[in-house]
Amino acid sequence: MIEYRIDKRSGVATYMQIIQQTRQALRLGLLVPGDRLPTAREVVEATAVNPNTVLKAYRELEREGLVEAKRGLGTFVRRSLATAQTAPGSPLRLELAAWMDRAHHAGLSREDVDALYGDVREERYPTGEGQF
Amino acid sequence: MDSALSAHRLVKSYRGKRALDGCEFAVPEGAVTALVGPNGAGKSTLLALAAGLLKPSSGELRVFGERPTGRTHPQVGYLAQNRPLYGRLTVAETLRLGRAFNQRWAQRRAVQVLDQAEVPLDARVHTLSEGARTQVGIALALGREPDLLLLDEPLSALDPLARDETLRLLMGEVADRGMTLVMSSHLLSDLHDVCDHLVLLIGGAVRLTGPIEDLLAEHRVLVGPASRAASVDGVVQASSTERQATLLVRGESVPEGWAGEQPTLEALVLGYLRAARAR
Amino acid sequence: MDQSVPLAAAGLGKKYLRGWALRDCTLSVPAHRVVALVGPNGAGKSTLMGLATGMTSATAGSIEVFGERPGGRGVHPKLAFLGQHKPLYPQLTVAETLHLGGRMNPTWDQHYARSLVERAQVPLTAKVGTLSGGQRTRVALALALGKRPELVLLDEPLADLDPLARQQTLHTLVREAEQTGITVVLSSHVLAELQGVCDHLVLLNRGSVQLDGEVAHLLAAHRWLVGPPGQQPRGPAPVVDVQSSARGTAALVRAAVSQVPEGWRASAPSLEDVVLAYMRSNGEGVAA
Repeated sequence: MIEYRIDKRSGVATYMQIIQQTRQALRLGLLVPGDRLPTAREVVEATAVNPNTVLKAYRELEREGLVEAKRGLGTFVRRSLATAQTAPGSPLRLELAAWMDRAHHAGLSREDVDALYGDVREERYPTGEGQF
Repeated sequence: MDSALSAHRLVKSYRGKRALDGCEFAVPEGAVTALVGPNGAGKSTLLALAAGLLKPSSGELRVFGERPTGRTHPQVGYLAQNRPLYGRLTVAETLRLGRAFNQRWAQRRAVQVLDQAEVPLDARVHTLSEGARTQVGIALALGREPDLLLLDEPLSALDPLARDETLRLLMGEVADRGMTLVMSSHLLSDLHDVCDHLVLLIGGAVRLTGPIEDLLAEHRVLVGPASRAASVDGVVQASSTERQATLLVRGESVPEGWAGEQPTLEALVLGYLRAARAR
Repeated sequence: MDQSVPLAAAGLGKKYLRGWALRDCTLSVPAHRVVALVGPNGAGKSTLMGLATGMTSATAGSIEVFGERPGGRGVHPKLAFLGQHKPLYPQLTVAETLHLGGRMNPTWDQHYARSLVERAQVPLTAKVGTLSGGQRTRVALALALGKRPELVLLDEPLADLDPLARQQTLHTLVREAEQTGITVVLSSHVLAELQGVCDHLVLLNRGSVQLDGEVAHLLAAHRWLVGPPGQQPRGPAPVVDVQSSARGTAALVRAAVSQVPEGWRASAPSLEDVVLAYMRSNGEGVAA
């Protein structure tokens, strides 16, 4: 199950947003091998984007070996990116959720949390390391 | 890939004044093209030529490889900027006329457009708002099931919801039938997600054209010290404060001491428009 | 009767022959803001502006401009209005147009009006009829702002302008609002352009106020929820609009971050997302 949401103001190219959201869904276990991605027609119905852009994103995902296009049937997930650590209910995820509850309780805003998280991530995962 | 629409040294003059002055471009089949430029740049003239309503003064224009012959190509649908409709007919009668004049006619598609826009079929055209007249025009153009659809400012009179729905409907046609779409618009924020090809027309000439993604990749927005702005190559447009310069450049390299990133479609188009204004 | 409130309406209604253009409209525009007035065609945006200037009078309820009811003595001295059709005389030059502005307005800052036109690079000697749409808008804007109003109402000031003229006109408005503290109310259909420009938003739909608030608050108060198909997000959050397909459900809800129901993912909407969702809900959604 995946429903793409395109943010026009993000400055990120539309096809890249589709790729990132698909990877994210694969990572979180929302998409599993065998699942069909929405057709370009279905994406266009939900959000006014260019169908050529959707197909381009799917081609890129196919090149990465994450999905495969079956003629006349659609595009299907081949490989999951989920690990036990990223799935819903995993200990790491629950710990992060608990941390955010504490942050919320302490009165931190959304931006505060983003800044804090981003800062620590930069410290522990310098740019370029372990991307995708 | 074959071109749905192409122009070569295309010139159109009115009373000795050149509305189009040597246009060169090619729109591939299946592309969604944004035709952008200042008012008076020649966008409407270009679309009317492609629709076969005007003849080139010189040079050539091809629609699916053929030169328009004084009538609209059977594979082409066209929405003119002044929305020429018969005011005294009802919307339903207007569609009947569409059916009578066209060999290929998809009544269901046309009615669907009007249903979605909540345009009553029994209303007389002259009682409709500008936005509703636009929807009738789009319904007539889509009823022909065109392979190339030319829309002159389709979004200008529509409210946000109507624009969103109209764009979804048009994108659906592109997805379902591989329709090629060329539309002129001033609303860059709406074109960003929808278009994959650009024709930027300034003063009757094509200033920039190609797949949008390639064009963005070929340009950079550079931010750096104003004192060194003069040493940067390929500057399309520059603006600066006392210390800091912001440059739109054609080229992918980022000189040392400058921060560079790809422009958005909006920044790219505005940069070229500003440059043309300054000249 | 609050003289510090630029524009306030209570139970305001306006009926034309064809029906109510505005009905039971209650709102209050805070001072020193740039306010977006949005809504479908025919929602009553122009009618509201017409009532504020006193060009038409209310059928029901009341409207006040700086604590005074419009009408009687003409347009309130602190109010300037720029209509959709930008009434200018094409045969006059720009300089003559500004001169006329000085004659017709009891308060007039010629220096300021002139500087606005010069900054827009519109030649003072050009006849108005020869100007581009963007240039005409800038002259009309100088005419409206030259009066040194404290509230300016602009009805679709960007309609038909090309991309550069749109951007420059918006820039001018924001800069002047910042420097002079003037309250700006502008109607527009292009929501993506308004985010980042406007700090307050009023959404009119079918003649009444559907949404009214600071843009930052409106954005913070709504979330996109994406979840399984065939379901509505359960929980205390009121649902504004739901779009469902075989693959999933996307709902805009009025709720803070911490209230994401089990099995749903939340993300932040854009201003366009919020307004479109309310417009889609057709006035039947959650009242703001």
